[in-house]
Order: sequence, then structure tokens, then C-alpha cells
Amino acid sequence: MKPFDYVRAEDPAAARKAAATAGATFISGGTNLLDLMKLEVMAPDTLVDISRLPLDGIEDHEGGLRIGATVTNSDLAADMRVRRVYPILSRALLAGASGQLRNKATTGGNLLQRTRCPYFYDTDTPCNKRTPGEGCAALGGETRNHAILGTSDHCIALHPSDMAVAMRALGAQVEVEAADGTTKLHEMDDFYRLPGDTPHIETVLQPGDLITAVRLPAPQGDRQVYRKVRDRASYAFALVSVGAVIRMEQGRIAHAGVAFGGLGTKPWRDPEVDALLTGNAPSRELFDEAADTLLRGAKAQDGTEFKLPLARRVLRATLEEATQ
Amino acid sequence: MSLDLKVDGQSEDRAEGYAQGILGTPMDRPDGEAKVTGAATYAADEVPEGCLVGMLVRAPGHGRIEVLNLDEVRNSDGVRAVIRDPRMIRNAAQGTANQAPVQGVDKADYIGQPVALVVAESFETARHAAHSLKLRTDGSPGIVNPEDAEPEGEPDTTTGDLDGAMSSAAHSVDVIYTTASSVSAAMEPHATLAWWDGDRLTVRSALQMLKYNRNELADSLEIDPENVRLLAPFVGGGFGSKLGISADAVAAAIAAKELGRPVQVVQHRRQVFETVTRRSETRQRIRLAADAEGRLSGIGHESLVSNLPGEGFAEPVAQATHFAYGGAHRVIGERLARLNRPAAGSVRAPGEAVGVTAFECAMDELASDVGIDPVELRLRNIPDKDPESGIPFSSHMLERSLREGAERFGWAARDVAPRARREGEWWIGTGMAAAFRVNLMMEAEARIALSPEGAVVETDMTDIGTGTYAILTQIAGEALGLPADRVEVRLGDTTFPPGSGSGGSFGAATTGNAVWLAAQEIRQAIAQRMNCDEADLTLKDGTAICGNESRPIAELLDGGSLNGHGHVTAGDAFSDVRQSTFGAHFAEVAVNDVTGEVRVRRMQGTFACGRILNEKTARSQCHGGMTWGIGMALTEGLTHDRRDGHIVNRDFAEYHMAVNADVPPLDVHLLEERDPWSGPLQAKGLGELGICGAGAAVLNAVHHACGVRVRDMPATPDRVLAGLE
Repeated sequence: MKPFDYVRAEDPAAARKAAATAGATFISGGTNLLDLMKLEVMAPDTLVDISRLPLDGIEDHEGGLRIGATVTNSDLAADMRVRRVYPILSRALLAGASGQLRNKATTGGNLLQRTRCPYFYDTDTPCNKRTPGEGCAALGGETRNHAILGTSDHCIALHPSDMAVAMRALGAQVEVEAADGTTKLHEMDDFYRLPGDTPHIETVLQPGDLITAVRLPAPQGDRQVYRKVRDRASYAFALVSVGAVIRMEQGRIAHAGVAFGGLGTKPWRDPEVDALLTGNAPSRELFDEAADTLLRGAKAQDGTEFKLPLARRVLRATLEEATQ
Repeated sequence: MSLDLKVDGQSEDRAEGYAQGILGTPMDRPDGEAKVTGAATYAADEVPEGCLVGMLVRAPGHGRIEVLNLDEVRNSDGVRAVIRDPRMIRNAAQGTANQAPVQGVDKADYIGQPVALVVAESFETARHAAHSLKLRTDGSPGIVNPEDAEPEGEPDTTTGDLDGAMSSAAHSVDVIYTTASSVSAAMEPHATLAWWDGDRLTVRSALQMLKYNRNELADSLEIDPENVRLLAPFVGGGFGSKLGISADAVAAAIAAKELGRPVQVVQHRRQVFETVTRRSETRQRIRLAADAEGRLSGIGHESLVSNLPGEGFAEPVAQATHFAYGGAHRVIGERLARLNRPAAGSVRAPGEAVGVTAFECAMDELASDVGIDPVELRLRNIPDKDPESGIPFSSHMLERSLREGAERFGWAARDVAPRARREGEWWIGTGMAAAFRVNLMMEAEARIALSPEGAVVETDMTDIGTGTYAILTQIAGEALGLPADRVEVRLGDTTFPPGSGSGGSFGAATTGNAVWLAAQEIRQAIAQRMNCDEADLTLKDGTAICGNESRPIAELLDGGSLNGHGHVTAGDAFSDVRQSTFGAHFAEVAVNDVTGEVRVRRMQGTFACGRILNEKTARSQCHGGMTWGIGMALTEGLTHDRRDGHIVNRDFAEYHMAVNADVPPLDVHLLEERDPWSGPLQAKGLGELGICGAGAAVLNAVHHACGVRVRDMPATPDRVLAGLE
């Protein structure tokens, strides 16, 4: 681990100021960042500790919920409002990581967790995400936990979060305090960037931007399903996951919010999939068409070819469960 | 004095008549409390004053190594040395090597080879400095994939005409199974603390076989083994990866000598994946020829395995195939591909773990083809003598294992056809496999000092989590008539008599018999003092009884002590008869029709391993083996980059061992057995039997559930799904 400075922020303004300097980064749970620092995949000069800031509340907000950035994954999954009204979120959280990790990992940190691409972790292999312009060892290498949607010739790294998939399905917004003190709201859809030729830039956050909360709107669907396919029963990242928030009216799908993990370079949601489903009666043909739409731009590697049929099957089963 | 025994024939079961009654009981481990409270110290747990910390540096490529910034790193704050010494070892020594493995740091034969040690005042400094060392390699990867190599070797057994038997058989199976390269993944990473006192070196390390390890370390360092003392009182799992010394031991010793201070080297988990020996991947072609009733006329089991150039080990895939089933026409053996991948070596049940597993899957395929119950197929093919050498079996417990296991599992209720049970999205099925593992004995010595306080047992044997402290306590206590709390077992120190070490399932029986013999010597001395024949002597709770006379042992000792020394070696009993352990595995699985995910719902294992020395630790070994079987079948495997052979998934997030949620209730049934050929204790090894074939029961259950044969392990969801579509 490279030596670094440690700053414990006393309030959000101080945190933003400290983090606006070059080489600074926030730390809260540290479940991902510390691992990466030990391997020197990430080597910040300064850690700004926000874990003691008063950002750990879950509040009712405009008919929905406002989840503080430092609420732990365990606390969020156990919250009664979340379990009752946003069960998809609770299930996604509990499908991720392990009990120990969920006790430490926070909401904001989970959104910003880095990819599990093994070449990103291995500083002896080239990685454009780790070192811009270095090349990508995953292309032509061993792929399995890699993306098939949103990839580029520079990066096929997968976003590994379960939580963020549920939040995308719920239409969440990310609340950010900018360095100048103003508050910005980002739709989850806009919060993440595709890798393109700058895979090291993963979100729209600017230096000093502090995630303060995630806002969930009132749920637009009462039928919520999170389904995750994985290589083992616990502590494994999704091969494919599907989160669906559905409202049925008179036998037709009145609202569809469907998001995907294990497929995209960011937590994936495709407005055309939602639009296709909305207004239609559920049927196998409709779900297959939704899968065609979802996968129309998919680009699989040798090791991720299996995700195409798997995504199709899991999407179909998830929608069947959510609409029946 | 010493009581020496070369096990040439059958032994009398003397323990049966003993009175203490602790041998075989599910006694708690005497070291258990120290372990769960953290008082038991593992290799890296004791750090002396002034200790320096070393961090190994891995080769990032193949070929000649050039260090670009040696002086810069060497002169950075807190760094005491950057050592690149030709005595450093390329990879861990093979089990029982007894000499240095391939050495050198000038050139890397595989990616991940340790090529430098950075030594610093603190762990953090050492790690950062090690990371800062810039290395350049100039070599091409060479051959890194088994299919690209020109393999060495020919089958060990070629008898009859297998091709002819196959073409004339009423039923035949000709299939190729593959198993994945895998790693031991012991919980304690490989670690060493080394310090010198003049020319005398003391090393605390994570090791399984000290007697050999001392010679391996001395040979690596080019010093006299007499000047080396090894300490390994507690070892956090080995599974083969600590059979031989690993890179940390040699590097720490070199650094400690050069710097004149103790040096600790702990391998990072990512280094452990590369520097210790992995289990080779295998490609197994299995051919079975059978008559209309399923009786085998021919067996082919030909495998391709791999290892680094210079390594003598080739995964003995078909070790049990040689004697498992009859059939006159046989082609059995392994060929070895030389690859520039991390070295391969013994991992829990080398040979049978992968060989029995694939073979028992093929047997399931034959049962389907013949149209008979898979248990019945095994029963019809149990040989009455070793099918190749013609020697008798010392005991043969397969039939009992199959019948009792089937009964406990409820096998009779099984639907014959696959795809018969469905619960929602899940296909439910059951499968079974036979288990075989050769029984080995090595050489061991142990001594016991009996004083009025009790007995002290000493041997350089190790307890790698298996329960050695417990069973040696029970063996000595039983023979000397002492309760467990009056027996102290001291292990893991080369100043003690050389035990067998832990490996190959031979530790308990081999070192156990040495302790037994040492106790017998003391019994003879007590009998003498009692003026009776030793056969008439009863020892219980510290009292010697002979006829009407009963005297406390303390009184007999008269303030002194009695010493016994036992020495056991394998003799003709291990060549005149075929010694093996046997068992049967049964599994019920659920296969998801949508995703191809497999969940094991229950497993049953029935095992026969001679006398069970401790029912609780024995059961734990079986649980562990069966859990490995689930991993082998479904989740576990190293991924080698096809371009350069390096291990891609070298952490526990990406290398998927079966974890709690993957492991259902495991029913273990230990059969009561005595094998008089296995030595005076009549016990055989059981540390490895539980893994042998366990994965086959799971995969056969997958087929029974959903009709899909997955022949490439692990059967991850994509591989199952490929068959379901």
C-alpha cells in the first residue's frame, strides 16, 4: 500500500473541500477501496473519511425514501419500509457480498464499487480502466464476469453491483453535493458513463462531489422481483441478474421498470425494453421480444457467450413471476 | 531402547482388550480451546523483537528477469534489502522430495514465480517496496495449454485387447471427462519466521512433513540438516500444499542470515495461488466394455495431466482404477504435458480425487446404457482379488458401504428414469458413486515419557487441523491406562523423533502406530515391575492391575519415569495384499430449469477405514472431503490465461470453493471395521476418502434430475444450461 494522508471530515463541506484536491478520494466502508489500495490498483494520496458524517439516515421523502450515503447495506436491507415497499432492494442487497461485507459497505460506496475484472486487479497486466491508454488484457483473455452490453474496444468490464440494479429498476436518483455546495440530482440512468475510450471515468461525478443520498420515488409497481444467477449460492457476483418492478392493470402491464446486472458496463436499464412491455398483456412472445430488444446490441466474448441465452431465460422467468 | 515394527503381516488387535475406553470415542480436541481462543500460534503469529518483514516479488512474465530499479528500491526508506539469491526456490517442493526443488531467480518458468524478496522494517513498507520493484522479462510464454504439448509417458497397464473388447461388448461407454486445475486453499497462508544463532537456523513455518522439510530446506541453503530446527506446532490446513517447503521458508532463511535479524515472510493469498503446487487439470478418456448384464470385460482410463518442466510429479489419476473393478482387457495410465504454468503437485487425494470422480461418472453412464441400477452395477463388478496383480485385498468393504449407504439414503425409492421429479422450476434427482483410496503407510518414530503426572508424547508429526493431537492422546491414553487430561502430546518440532508427517491419509495410522509401539514398550516395563506377563496387565486411570494385585502407576514409577520409543515401517503387508479404503456417496440435487444452477439438497457418505481413532475428528474429515467434492463438481477451478498460462482468479472472491450456502446437511456413516494388515491399531487412513467420488455422486444426480451429462467440471450454470436448451 502506498503511504497516504488520512483526513476525517467533520462536516460535508469540509469533506468536499478535502476531496477536491488532486489524488484525494472518499472512504466510508472501505470494503472495496482498501482491497484495491493494498494491491495498489488504486493509490490515492489522501483518504477523506466520511463514515462519521450524519449521512446514515433513512427518511421518508416526497412519498418515497431518502437513503443516506453512509447507510450500510445491512441496515438498508433490514429497514422495514424498504422490506415492505421496496422489497426488490432488500432482496438485491441480500443477494450481494457476504454478511460481513454488508455490515461495512455503504450505499454510496456500493454505487461506486469498481469492477471485478481480474485484469483490473492484476497490475502486471494492461488495463485501460486502471491506467488509461495501457490496453485491455481482458479482450482476448479469460472472460466470464464481463459485460456484453455497453462495452467498447477499450473495456468490457462489468459493473458488479446488485443494489444498483434494484435502484435502477426503481428509478432512483443520486443526490450529490458539489464542491461549491450546490445540490445536484442525477437520474441513475445518467449517473454512470459508458466506458467508450475513457473507461477510467465511470460516473459523472466531479472532484469534490459528495454523494449524500439516494432518493427512491414512490414505487411505481407493487410487483417486485430480483433474481440473480450465480456460480455458487453465496458470495458470488451475478452471471446475470434481473430486477423487475411491475404494475399490472386489467391484465396488462401498466408500468415496467426492468434493470439488469451481470450484463452491462453499468447497471443496465433499457428504456426500449420498458416501453415494449408497457401497455401489453404478458405473453411468452412479448417477453422474448423484450429479450431481443435488450440484447440487440450485445457483444459477447468467448467466455461470455453463455450470457445471451441465460439473460433471455432469466428475463422471461422474472417477467412471468412478476406478471402472473 | 525402542520397539520397532516392520508391518509384514497381520497384527493382533490388542486395543480391543484395553480398559481405558477412550480410543475411538468422539473426544473433543485437547487443542480445541487454544485454537478457538487464539492461544494456539500459527506460523506467522509469533513475531520476535527486531523482526524484519519480507515480501516476495512475483515474475510478471516468462524468461530472463531484469530488475530496472534495484538500487532505488533498495535505498528507499525502511527497506533493508532486496534479495535475489540463486538458492531461492522456483516453487514449493513436492511431497517427500527430501531435497531442494528447482532453484533460481534469474529466469521465470511461469508467471508468478518468486524472483526477489524485499525486506523492510514493516509489513506495509515491504509490501509497497515489493510492488515498486520494476521487473522486465524477455521470454515467450512457451507452451501453456495441455493440448499444445507433446505429452510424455505411456500407460502403466496394457493387458488384453481393449479395442476388441469394446467392439464386441454388448454395452460400451467411450467418453472424455475433464477436471479443472485447482488449488488447496488452506486457510492459513504459507508463512515463515526464520532466525539464526550462529550456524544454527530455526524456522517456524506452515509445513506438513517436517522430517522431509528439514532436508529440503538444508539442501536449498546448502547447509547441514543437523543445523536446522523446524517448528510447526499448529498448521492451518495443508491439503498437500504444505507437503514440501515453499518459497517463503528459503527466502526468509537467506534474508535472516544476510541481515542478522529474524525475518518473517508471509505469502499474500494471491501469491499462495501461484507458488504452491496446484492440482493438475485432467483430461480423462474412459472406456468401459460390458456384457449384457453389465459385467465389465474391459476398462480404459487414459489421462493427460500437466506439470512444469523439472517436476517429478504427475497426477496419478488412475491410481484406484487399477484395482477398483475387474475386466481382463485394460489400458490404464497417465501422460504428462510439460507446461509453463505454476507447478502441480499433490492436493488432497492425489489421483483418486479426480480419477475416481470421473470414472464413477462413466460408470453411471454405463448403468444407464445397460439399464440397471447404478448400485447394482458396482455390486456386479466387485473383484475378488486385485484384478491386475492377483493379490488378495486386505479387506474389501465396498459392498457393505454401498448397501448401508443406500439404506440410509433411501436409495430404493428412486425413480429409474431421469427427469421424473419436478418441483416448480427445479428438477430433482439423485446419484451415487463408489469411493476408493489406496491405504499407505510410511515410516514414523515417537517417544513417550511416563512420569507420575502422566505421559508426554513427542514426535515431529504435525496437526494440520485433522486432529492429530486428539488421536495421539487417545492412543497413548488407551495403551497406558490414562485419562486424556493426563496425556500431553507435543508435535511439530524436529528435535522430537521423526514422525510420518501429514499427507496421503497415512499420518494417523503411521504415527499412531509409532506411539502405540512406544506405549507397548512402557507396558512391558510396567508388567516387569508388577512381576506379571504383559498380556495379563490391565492399565486404567493410572492404576496397574494384574490378577489380584492393583498398584498406582505413580507408585511403580517410584519417583522416576519410564520411557518408550516406537518405530514403525511399512513392510510386506503393503505389497502382499492390496490395501484400500472404501466407501459410497449418495447425493440429491435440484437443477434449475431456467438457469442451470445446481443446488445440492443432501448427501450421504458411508466409509470404511479400519478402526476409527476418534469418531468426531474422523467425521469432520469426511465432511471436509464431501464438501470438496461439491466444489469439484460444481464451482471450483483455476482459470489459466490461454495466452500465457497465468492464474487469472487468484483470490477467494473469484476462486469458488463451495461455501456454507452450497453445502447441505451431510450424513456421514463410519463403518465398524478392523484391518489386521494395516498395523497394530488396525486403522487405515480417512483424511482423503471423503473427496474420492463425492463429486461424481453430485454430477450423476444432476443427470438423473434433468437428463444432462456434464463431462467438464465444474458444472457451472452455463455448462448445465447448454444441455438443457
